[in-house]
Amino acid sequence: MKRLLFIFMLMMSGSSYAVDTHQLSDPKQQESYEILTKELRCLVCQNQTIADSNAELAGDLRRQVYEMLQQGKSKQEIIQFMTDRYGDFVLYKPPFQGKTSVLWIAPVVFLLLGLIMVFFVIRRKKAAANLHSQAGDLEMDAEKQKKIRSLLEKGDPS
Amino acid sequence: MLKYIIPLLLFIIMAVFLALGLNLKPNEIPSPFINKPAPIFSAPKLNAPEEKLSPADLKGKVWLFNVWASWCVSCRAEHPVLNELAKQNAVVIVGLNYKDEPNDAKTWLDTLGNPYNVSIMDQDGRIGIDYGVYGVPETFVIDKKGLIRYKHTGPVTAEDVQQTLLPLIAKLQAEP
Repeated sequence: MKRLLFIFMLMMSGSSYAVDTHQLSDPKQQESYEILTKELRCLVCQNQTIADSNAELAGDLRRQVYEMLQQGKSKQEIIQFMTDRYGDFVLYKPPFQGKTSVLWIAPVVFLLLGLIMVFFVIRRKKAAANLHSQAGDLEMDAEKQKKIRSLLEKGDPS
Repeated sequence: MLKYIIPLLLFIIMAVFLALGLNLKPNEIPSPFINKPAPIFSAPKLNAPEEKLSPADLKGKVWLFNVWASWCVSCRAEHPVLNELAKQNAVVIVGLNYKDEPNDAKTWLDTLGNPYNVSIMDQDGRIGIDYGVYGVPETFVIDKKGLIRYKHTGPVTAEDVQQTLLPLIAKLQAEP
């Protein structure tokens, strides 16, 4: 069990190191650099950001981000540069638009559906329980007790 | 009855989504370049580094822009198909030698044949970024006005040439 847990924890520990980092002298630009590289997708490895990936293309895109920041380009301009070339797919956070609305709305809809279902199930269970206790459970209990007593006194005939 | 229909319906909906998902190709990212002008570059030619080529030099011609490299395994699979296409003389084929060593690239062409009218060098991958290249080989079809009309990601097969590229090239050649 302990070993399993250990393996599980190993699996959960993501690689959080950066592969290579460009250092910008302006701390504000450095912050933008870190935010941007975590928002842009590495297109070769698809489920990694360019900050996490050590694919060659990711390295080139990091260099591109670094150079554009050095030239004083804004975050918006860099994101535009990337989507012009690679499409919205390069963004980890897809923009809200017609095509992607399902992506954004579906989780909320499913959550609401789930809550509604839980609400109805609980209500039905509650109603059933109420009905049950009202329908002369006491009578049943008296009968059962009588049977129990007789069993205790005579012993189980079977 | 409802008790059985609802799970069945849910299952069917799920099955439909999963079936659709199976047919999606997440590796093929739609290119934002279709019907947009081919990005400008001015890059040294592989066989004559002192000469440069830019898309403006190819105005009035239909051309294929094929991204390749000697380190790229799928390019090797694609290469005979390009050699065949080059024989037909249907279209100008320009190669983008992407992040490669010029000497390796030249050896590659010498041994496997050279389908390219001209190859240009992109050693640091900047032209690649401008064209949104993320998986080599990639092939762009560019029309006489310099607009990108089609993009193919991954190796071009003989069927792709017959069914997609040649008809498209014929159509574009007919355009003014």
